[in-house]
Amino acid sequence: MTLYILCFILFLVGVYGVLTRRNLIKIVISLTIMEFSVFLMLVLVGYISGGLAPIVVHPEGSDISVVDPLPQTLVLTAAVIAVATNSMVLALAIRLYKKYGTFDIRKINELKG
Amino acid sequence: MENLLIIILVLMIIAALAAIHAKDLISAVIAQGFVGYGLVICFFLLKAPELALVQIVLETVTLIIILAVIYDSSMKEIGEPIGKRDIVTYSLSFVLVALFLYYFNKAIVGLNPFGEHTLRMSEMYVKEVLELTGSANLVKGVLWDFRGLDTLGEATVLFTAAMSVLVILRISGKKHQLTKK
Repeated sequence: MTLYILCFILFLVGVYGVLTRRNLIKIVISLTIMEFSVFLMLVLVGYISGGLAPIVVHPEGSDISVVDPLPQTLVLTAAVIAVATNSMVLALAIRLYKKYGTFDIRKINELKG
Repeated sequence: MENLLIIILVLMIIAALAAIHAKDLISAVIAQGFVGYGLVICFFLLKAPELALVQIVLETVTLIIILAVIYDSSMKEIGEPIGKRDIVTYSLSFVLVALFLYYFNKAIVGLNPFGEHTLRMSEMYVKEVLELTGSANLVKGVLWDFRGLDTLGEATVLFTAAMSVLVILRISGKKHQLTKK
């Protein structure tokens, strides 16, 4: 249970960063931290103590326990998508920096109204 | 092994806080790299070697992209005294954190304790992946065969993201060119 709680604390650190920082790059970094904590949570839930990595070594002996392959598959999909969306946010940050000369989200205020 | 994981996770939390509170952006990026590579070690310990290898590559790519973005900027964190709006955002974040904690406490009751997961849906995958797909690697067998449509959706999202990066980073639009001259 301690591991789950620590993982959730990592997520909360990310939430705190997204809400309180004013630098666009810091916001992207906080988003990545939130993503990492979600990936780790999924893999933690699928772990079986004493289990092996999900690779078939001996096809006959099926009594060897392996860890759950399904959460790992889903995390593999999600991790690639996370990097793609992050690079999109960073592309937006490049354009905003070229236009305004700053990463401060308070000064990027021409989108208002 | 659980104690080792706890130590790594605590270090990751410290590094995350350091990344958020760093004075310049380069140290923030380095601290974020610490969190990412700590995640890689956690994956190795949790018997997910594939995931660890993919995460190494993705983390390195992310670090390089962020460094390339901030290379031309001032690299300084915006440091201004705490104003009225900051108090609102800080209190809002604390309210949200408390709310999340409340619901997490309710949700964690339904989870099995760490290490005592029971296979439900993937029992069939584990038993029959070698016969049905011919892949000795369970993760790849599930990813490319049983859940191939998910992978197709992933490829769609990747393609859309790449296209939007291209559109956003186009040299310039017509209006911009006019104002430049």
